[in-house]
Amino acid sequence: MIMRPDFINSDTATDEVVAKRAQPFDVEKIRGDFPILHQKVHGHPLAYLDNAATSQKPRPVIEALNYYYRSINANIHRGVHYLSEAATDAYEGARETVRGFINARSSREIVFTRGTTEAINLAAFAYGRKYLREGDEILISHMEHHSNIVPWQLLCEQTGARLRVIPINDQGEIIFEGFERLLTDRTRLVSIVHVSNSLGTINPVEEIIRTAHARNIPVLLDGAQAVPHKGVDVQALDCDFYAFSGHKMFGPTGIGVLYAKEALLEAMPPYQGGGDMIKSVSFEKTTFNDLPHKFEAGTPHIAGAVGLGKAAEYIQSVGYDTIEAHEHALLQYATDALSEIKPLRIVGTAEKKAAVISFVLENIHPHDVGTILDRQGIAVRTGHHCTQPVMARFGIPATSRASLALYNTMADIDRLVAGIHQVIKVFS
Amino acid sequence: MDELRELYQQIILDHNKNPKNFKKLEPHTHTAEGYNPLCGDRLNLYLNVHEGVIEDVGFEGSGCAISKASASVMTTAVKGKKLNEVQALFDIFQKVVKSDRGEPVDVDALGKLAVFAGVRDFPVRIKCATLAWHTLIAALKNRDEVVSTE
Repeated sequence: MIMRPDFINSDTATDEVVAKRAQPFDVEKIRGDFPILHQKVHGHPLAYLDNAATSQKPRPVIEALNYYYRSINANIHRGVHYLSEAATDAYEGARETVRGFINARSSREIVFTRGTTEAINLAAFAYGRKYLREGDEILISHMEHHSNIVPWQLLCEQTGARLRVIPINDQGEIIFEGFERLLTDRTRLVSIVHVSNSLGTINPVEEIIRTAHARNIPVLLDGAQAVPHKGVDVQALDCDFYAFSGHKMFGPTGIGVLYAKEALLEAMPPYQGGGDMIKSVSFEKTTFNDLPHKFEAGTPHIAGAVGLGKAAEYIQSVGYDTIEAHEHALLQYATDALSEIKPLRIVGTAEKKAAVISFVLENIHPHDVGTILDRQGIAVRTGHHCTQPVMARFGIPATSRASLALYNTMADIDRLVAGIHQVIKVFS
Repeated sequence: MDELRELYQQIILDHNKNPKNFKKLEPHTHTAEGYNPLCGDRLNLYLNVHEGVIEDVGFEGSGCAISKASASVMTTAVKGKKLNEVQALFDIFQKVVKSDRGEPVDVDALGKLAVFAGVRDFPVRIKCATLAWHTLIAALKNRDEVVSTE
C-alpha cells in the first residue's frame, strides 16, 4: 500500500461529495485557488480573458505536479521498486479519475495523449487508415479548429477518401439540414467540435450523434472547449470518440485524452510503436499490449496525467452546475455590455453559446486591439484562432476574442469594456 | 500608456486610415506577396522599376495599423529611389525597429521612418512593421513565393 498525501489520492470528487458541496458560488474563493491571477501586468491587475487558448492552473494541480516530481517520480509499469509502484499508482489512478470525469464505462477506454490534437490524429491514423477507402467520406463542419481539419486532410491524401464540410449559418450554428444532406452511404465518420473555440457555439451533438448512428456512422467529438465549461457524459452522449486537452481544463499542457469505445479501440491498429505498447517483442513477431496501453507507446507524461486527474477533481469539487451558472451570467453581462459599443460587432451569436466572445471593431484591426488591451493588463487573443475557414466564412481576417472561465468576474468584463473604449480613443 | 502613444503616433494612424499608394499597379515589373501567419496580415506589393529606379510602387492588402502604415510610409520612402539606395533604407528600418529601447534615435538619418521607433517597445509587433520591407526585397529579387514573417 502506497501512502500518499491527501491531494494525490483524494476521493473528494465522488458524486455524493459534489452534491453536498452544492453551495453558493464564491468567485473570490475560486480566484484564491489560482496564484497566477494575483499579479500586475504593465502596472494593472491582470484580467485574464484568454482561457480558450489555455486556462490557468489551481493550486491543487500545481501542488500535485510538485509532489509528483519531488516525491514519487519514476518510470511506470513493470517497476518492482517503491517509486515505480507509486508513480504507476498515481498515473493509473489519474486514468480512473478521468474515466469517472467523463463517465466512460471502463478505464481501458481512456488513452492518454499529448492533447486534443494528438487524440484526433490518433483516431485519424489508427481508425481512419483501417476503415477508410477511396471514395469514402468524412464529415466535419465549417467551424472546426485546424486540428480537426488537417488530420483528416492527411488521411484523405493517403486513402483517397473525401472531406465534406457541413455549412454554418450567419450566427455560427451548424445548418442541420445541411448536415443531413451530406450524410450519404459513403460517409464513414463524422468529426465535429463540441464547443467552437472561435465562435463559442455549443453544437447539438446529441442530435448529430443520433442522426449519424441511425446510419451506423461513428462520431468523434472534439471536446477541447467543452470540458472546461460543461459536464460530459460519454455514455449518455453515446459518442464513439471524444478528444480533449488537460491544459484547457485547468490541468497541465502536454497531456490530453482520447476516449473511444472499447470495441473500436480493440479493432484499431496501434498509432505509434515502441515500449509499453507491447506484450512481447521478437524480430519475428510482436504482440501488442492490452487497452489502453496499446496506444501509449513510450514513457508518457506521467506528471501531466496526475495533474490532469487533479484538475478533473478540482472541476468536480466546484461542480459543473455552479460553473455553468456563473459563466452564463458572465456571458450575458459581457454580451450586453459589448453590444452597446457602437463600432463593435460580435462574431458568433449562436443561441447556445459557451463563454467565448469573438468580436471585431470597425476599422481597427484585432492585433491593434490586443496590444492596447494588453497595456491595460487585459489578456485577450487576436487572430484567426486556428479556424481560418471560420474567418473566411465571415469575411474577416481575424477577430479579438475574450474567453472566460470560472474565475472571471463581472469586474473583468468592466475592465474589458473600458479597455475597448480606450482602443477606440487611441484610434479616434 | 506613453508607450502606446509612441507606438500609435498620429502619422501612423493617418497612414493607416488613408494609406498612400494603396493601389494595384497594372502593368508592373515586379511583384511579391507578404504574409504574416501570426495575425493574418496580407500584402501584395507592385513595383515599376526602370533603369535601376523605382518609378512607381503600390500595395494592396489587409493588416493591422502598424503593418498598413509601415507599407504606406515605405512606398513614399522608396518611390523614385535607386535600387542600391533601397537596400540602405531597408537596413535603416531594421535598425529602427530592432534597436534597444533606450538607444537614441537618429532622426536625421532615419527621416520619416523614425516614427516607427515606438515598435521597439512591442517585440511581438516588430514583424508587423517589417512585413512590407521584406516583401519589397522579395519583389526586387523576383522571388516567386509568398514571403512569410515566420
